Amino acid sequence: MNGVMNRAMDNTDLLQVDNLGKRFGGFVALENIALSVAAGERLGLIGPNGSGKSTLVNCICGTLRNEQGAVRFNGQQLDGLAAHHRTRLGLARSFQLPRPFVSMSLIDNIRIPLLYTVAARGSGRSAQDIDARCADLLHEVGLEEKARRLPRDLTQVEMRKLELARAMAAEPKLLIADEAMAGLTHSEVEEILTLLVRLNDQGVTIILIEHIMRAVMSFSRRLVVLVSGRKIADGAPDDVMRDPEVERAYLG
Amino acid sequence: MSVRTPAFLAICLVVAAVVFAVSIAVGNDYVFFAGYVVLQYVVLSTAWNILGGYCGYVNFGTAAFFAMGAYSTVAIYKFTTGDDAYLAIPVPIPVLMLFGGVVSGIVGFGMGYLTLRLRGAFFSIATLALAVVLETLVVNWDYVGGSRGAYIIRPEQIAPIGSYIRYLFLIMMLLAVAALAIARLIERSRLGFGFATIRDDELAAEASGVPTLRLKLIATTISGALMGMAGAPFPYYISYLQPDSTFALDYAVNSIAMPLIGGTTSWVGPLIGAVLLGTVQQIITVTISSAVNLLIVGCLLVFFVIVAPNGIVGLVHTYLQRKPDDFVGRRHVDAEAPGSVP
Repeated sequence: MNGVMNRAMDNTDLLQVDNLGKRFGGFVALENIALSVAAGERLGLIGPNGSGKSTLVNCICGTLRNEQGAVRFNGQQLDGLAAHHRTRLGLARSFQLPRPFVSMSLIDNIRIPLLYTVAARGSGRSAQDIDARCADLLHEVGLEEKARRLPRDLTQVEMRKLELARAMAAEPKLLIADEAMAGLTHSEVEEILTLLVRLNDQGVTIILIEHIMRAVMSFSRRLVVLVSGRKIADGAPDDVMRDPEVERAYLG
Repeated sequence: MSVRTPAFLAICLVVAAVVFAVSIAVGNDYVFFAGYVVLQYVVLSTAWNILGGYCGYVNFGTAAFFAMGAYSTVAIYKFTTGDDAYLAIPVPIPVLMLFGGVVSGIVGFGMGYLTLRLRGAFFSIATLALAVVLETLVVNWDYVGGSRGAYIIRPEQIAPIGSYIRYLFLIMMLLAVAALAIARLIERSRLGFGFATIRDDELAAEASGVPTLRLKLIATTISGALMGMAGAPFPYYISYLQPDSTFALDYAVNSIAMPLIGGTTSWVGPLIGAVLLGTVQQIITVTISSAVNLLIVGCLLVFFVIVAPNGIVGLVHTYLQRKPDDFVGRRHVDAEAPGSVP
C-alpha cells in the first residue's frame, strides 16, 4: 500500500550499512539503520533537523564511532578504520559547513587530497601532474581564476564549490555531499546540481543530503528518509514522498 | 627564487662561518657566552615552531624537553667520568647531543601519544603538566644530583679550536643550522602541507586523507628531539646544573614568544625572533638585570599580538603585497612573482 520498498541487500553494493546504532549519552541518535547503496547510484537522504543525517554521515566516514552495527564499503569492513583511511579507500565527503584550509590558497586546498589520498593509493605522480590536476579540478568547478586566493576571499557558493572540488580531488568512488546547497540562491543550487550530475555521469556514486526538496527530487533516483534516528522510508522518490508516514513525520 | 636544500645548507654554513669569524675577531670570549644562549634559542624556537607554528599545537613544555637533553648528559657524565664512574670513556659533545635528542624525542613521542586527542588549551595544559612531572622526577633522582644539582667539570681547552666555550658555540651554531634546514625542508614538503592542514582543520584534514594522528606524533617527536639536542651541551656550558634553572619557565615562554614575534608560518620567523629577542635579553642582562628579561618578553608579546599578529614575517609580507587583490598564498610566493597570478 505505502509503496515504499526495501531494496534487497546485495553483496555487490558499494556501501552497506547494517544495523547501525549511535547514541550520545542517553540520546539515541541513530537506531538500527540499514542502508545499501549500489555503485553509480544517486541517493537522496532527507529528514528533519536533528533526525540523524549528519550523524549517519559521520559514522560512515569515520568522524564518529558507531557503537553498534557495521559499515562495509567496496567489500571491506570499515569499522575501526580512521577517517583518513576511509577517504583513501574511496569514500569522500563534503562538510555541511565548508571547512577549507584557511591558510592555504585554493590550489593548495585541492592539492592536499592529491598528496595524501591519491598518492597513498600508489599512483605516483610528478609535481607537475599534480599541479595540472589541481588546475583541472578548479576549472571544473569554475574557480580557476581564484586559484591563488585564500578561502576567505570566496563567496558562499564558491566556498561550496571548493568543498566539492576538494572532495573530488580524492578521486572517490562514493561522494557524500552534506547539505552542499544550504543557503544558496536558485541559480547557485542549479550550478551545484549540474556539478553533481556530471560527477555521477563520470561514475561516482553520490549520496546527497539536502533540505531543498526541489534539488533533492530532481537529483535523486532513490530517496531515504530519516526521522528521529530511524529510517522510515527507502525507495523511488515519488513513492517515498507519497508515503503517509513520511508526510506525517517530515512534512506534517 | 626557490633555493634547494643543499644550497640552503651551504648558505647557512657560510653565514655561520662568517659569524664565527667575526666573533673571534672581537677577541672577547664573552661574545661566545652570550652568542651560545642566542643560538640555543634559535634551536629551541625553531623546534617549538615545528609543533606550535606548523601544526598549531602550543607546547608549554619546552623546558622539559630541554632539561631531558641536559640531564641525559649529566647521567652519561656521571656514568663515564669521576671516581665512581662505571666506564671511563669521555663522551664527545656531539654524541651527547644524539643521546639527548633520542631521549627527548622519545619523551616527545610519548607526550604526543598521551595527548593525541587533546586540542587547544587542553594540550597546552598537558604539556605544562609534563614539565612539572619530569621536574619532580629529576629532583628526586639522586644519581643526577637531585635538588642539589650536579657539577660538570668542563675542560679549559679543546684541541683545534682553543677555548671550550668557542667549541660549544660552534656546536650550537651547527645545530641551529641543522634545525633551520630541517624546519625549512618540512615546510616545503608534503609533511609540511599535512602539518598546515592540522593547524587549519583536523576534521577536514582527515577527510582529505591526512593521517593527522601520525603527523602529530612525527611533529612532537622531531620538535622534542631538537629541544633535547639543544639541551644536551648545556651542562658543559653552565657547569653547575640545577633542576630549578633547567626547568625554568623562561625556556617555555621564550620559545613561544620568539616564533610569535618573528612569525610562525615559516622557518625564518623563529630565527628572526630568537636573534632579536635573544640578543636584547643578553644585552639587558649585562646592562640592567636578567630579571627584566621576562618583562621585556611580556611587553613585546602584547605589542606584537596587537600590532602584528603574524609576526615580523607577516609584516614584511603585507608590506610587499599592499594590494589585497593580488594576495598570494604564502606557499607559492617563492615560485611566482606577484605579478604573474593567473
